[in-house]
Amino acid sequence: MSDLLMMLGDANTRWVLVGTMLLGLASGVLGSFALLRKQSLIGDAVAHAALPGICIAFLFTGEKSLIVLLIGATTTGLLAAYCIQLIVSSSIIKEDTAICLILSVFFGFGIVLLTKVQQMPSGNKSGLDAFIFGQAASLVGSDVKLMAGAAAILIIITMLLFKEFKVLTFDPEFAKGLGLPTGFLNFLFLSLLVAVVVIGIQAVGVILMAALLITPAIAARYWTNSLSKMIIISGIFGAISGVVGTLISTFGQGLPTGPFIVVTATFIFLVSMLFAPERGIIAKKIKQNIYHKQLNKAGAKEGMS
Amino acid sequence: MNPVDVKNLTVAYEKKAVLKDINFTVPEGQLIGIIGPNGAGKSTLIKAILGLIPKAAGDVKIYDKQYRAKDRIVGYVPQRGSVDWDFPTNALDVVLMGRYGHIGWFKRPSKKDLNIAHESLKKVGMEEYADRQISQLSGGQQQRVFLARALAQDAKVYFMDEPFVGVDAATERAIIDLLNELKSQGKTVLVVHHDLQTVKDYFDHCILLNVSIITSGPTEEVFTMENLHQTYGGKLSFLDKGQMMVEQK
Amino acid sequence: MSYEAWILIIGSLAGVTCGIIGCFLILRRLSMLADAISHTVLLGIVLAFLISQSMNGMYMLIGAAVVGVLTAVFVQLLSSSGIQEDASIGVVFTFLFAIGVILITVFADNVHLDVDHALMGEIAFVPFDLVQLGFLPPLPKAFLMLSAVLITNLLIIVLFYKEFKITSFDPQMAAAIGIPVLFIHYLLMGMVSITTVASFDSVGAILVVAMLIAPGASAYLLTNKLTIMLLLSAVFGIASAVLGYYTASFLDASISGSMASVNGIIFALVFLFSPSKGLISKKFTFKKLNTES
Repeated sequence: MSDLLMMLGDANTRWVLVGTMLLGLASGVLGSFALLRKQSLIGDAVAHAALPGICIAFLFTGEKSLIVLLIGATTTGLLAAYCIQLIVSSSIIKEDTAICLILSVFFGFGIVLLTKVQQMPSGNKSGLDAFIFGQAASLVGSDVKLMAGAAAILIIITMLLFKEFKVLTFDPEFAKGLGLPTGFLNFLFLSLLVAVVVIGIQAVGVILMAALLITPAIAARYWTNSLSKMIIISGIFGAISGVVGTLISTFGQGLPTGPFIVVTATFIFLVSMLFAPERGIIAKKIKQNIYHKQLNKAGAKEGMS
Repeated sequence: MNPVDVKNLTVAYEKKAVLKDINFTVPEGQLIGIIGPNGAGKSTLIKAILGLIPKAAGDVKIYDKQYRAKDRIVGYVPQRGSVDWDFPTNALDVVLMGRYGHIGWFKRPSKKDLNIAHESLKKVGMEEYADRQISQLSGGQQQRVFLARALAQDAKVYFMDEPFVGVDAATERAIIDLLNELKSQGKTVLVVHHDLQTVKDYFDHCILLNVSIITSGPTEEVFTMENLHQTYGGKLSFLDKGQMMVEQK
Repeated sequence: MSYEAWILIIGSLAGVTCGIIGCFLILRRLSMLADAISHTVLLGIVLAFLISQSMNGMYMLIGAAVVGVLTAVFVQLLSSSGIQEDASIGVVFTFLFAIGVILITVFADNVHLDVDHALMGEIAFVPFDLVQLGFLPPLPKAFLMLSAVLITNLLIIVLFYKEFKITSFDPQMAAAIGIPVLFIHYLLMGMVSITTVASFDSVGAILVVAMLIAPGASAYLLTNKLTIMLLLSAVFGIASAVLGYYTASFLDASISGSMASVNGIIFALVFLFSPSKGLISKKFTFKKLNTES
């Protein structure tokens, strides 16, 4: 306990915790929409595709300035999302294959670039490989402030456009009929999704970032049937996962943050799946049993009469 | 001996009964229409009979025996939308799949299977398209390939899920001819059907279904205004159409 | 045999093995599940090591096959409980992979694996890891594993070709005629798992996905026959391995990364220029139709 207090006393750690909390919140919120739009795995592809962007940005500037790296990551992330849509819309290849293909090819290209970065004199110490699994502890104050600020902005934009995104997610045709600029909104949402993935990769890593989008959102789905509540709950689950995962990883030396955030989120998901009232597995089983009993009773009565 | 005998069949998704206490038998060697509004459970009924989805309760017998796929007496034509038409294969190959149940494990299709497949394609008027990639066929042609595949199965009882949906007039004609040919060979065919206008022309026997069975029996007897009212409930547009049909005849 | 020849042979073997099985994954829309399995076999390998305390390839194959099939089972369980399939995949693989990474870092001192190796593979070292088998001269371990897996996969595909085909095209009809659809599904998942492990050493967890999916996707755009699709996919698998190796030695960069990149380039070329299904030929026929009418 005293360890924990000591850690919390450290200003940098406090900032890191605030950062991962806001990140978890933002990805929980955007992840809910992504889940309902069936775009969860696009987030996965975008995260993997960020790697070449980060490396290219580093190769060009030769320094590890977070903002430059994030611009690189955003560019290749958006490019990957665009490629997936192009392949699906103009060939017989289905979405799952397109996602997989783009994800692995972009990541492979990223690895090629990473080996080049590591050959550079400044590249060895660049710590770019921390992007693969995330190393929240390595974040410095200015990075964290950037991350926290960006996450806050993403949350605010999503809240402002809540009802537009809601209509667009539920019934795109109807949204068009209402006169909403659906093309622009789709692009905006994708950009927000890319943005949250990009700011998350330093803490969670490119490979596991998808979990922070998906897992809190489906955990939240068990607790409610209302979209606004689902988004709030998902945001809270995301925030808890971010904070708990970061705490665990800073306890041990050199432990990566991403995996612990993922394990925390999955634990919340499992609890939700089993114990949520109404929609949880146990609640459903009980109801189903009662119903089947009723059915059998009714059947028996009819048989007698 | 009844080709199909369903007793107390109930199918439920979670707590909602999709089919409730279904009981019916069908006569051998006839064309049977399964009629009912959207959401009445028509496709579900077929799938439950074939054991493709679990039953909550009830019993299904095909020719007095528990249905087992390996008896190979049942042919099934799923809805056209249920498969990926971009699959790299041609029409003949799809029809040949109808023989897979007969061929058994580890063996290749024989010359005889190939002949049956060709023969089946010919019967639906598609022999010239044997080598055509299936995505390059029209909707009606795809449906005919599906029917040819069912023919190749050489079954005694056929289940067809909405074979007339989205096909052209020529295909509809071809399908009906085929159904009549099957009937003349003593086969029993159950067809999920949508179009009330054609029921009287196409089917000898009807099952009117809306979650539970409203009635079943020879078309003459059961396809009445009153029964349709009961089956379609408040769906007026259907009713007006139905009324027209009944009065016309 | 020379060092370079071994790398080319092993890379090509991985390319063929992955390419063939990838065709079925694409047609059955299981690409993402394969992606998931390629991640989770890491956990299988780590567990196999922690339990057996050895780096024996056999234990690893078993561990990976078990965890791979378990991944498929978990995904199936979640999606049958009403979660949409893509999300089920996302939850299962990130969780199992996270556990794998945590185990590796916690037991870092006595696990011979490091995370980078697991992700990217190290084909450059593969020719030095030799095994003596009976009267044969010492052969690279990866070569033996890949050959064994390739032969197993080919045998299974030849034996169950009809069943693979019909369950891929029309699973409902397959079930109606009594083909054990679920058994075939898990058989395929088992094959994906052992394929992934055998390729793991050489190309790593994530890049094996490129080798699984990209050659099949390219082949899919070039032919209307399943047998030809399988053949083409194998050819693309070899081509990307060989070209990838030379690109890597030219650039002095990661070999497995280059193989994945070449795979991507081949796909991009096919996507644009395929005679019947390419973007350009489609645009062209569209124009022709417009001017004719």
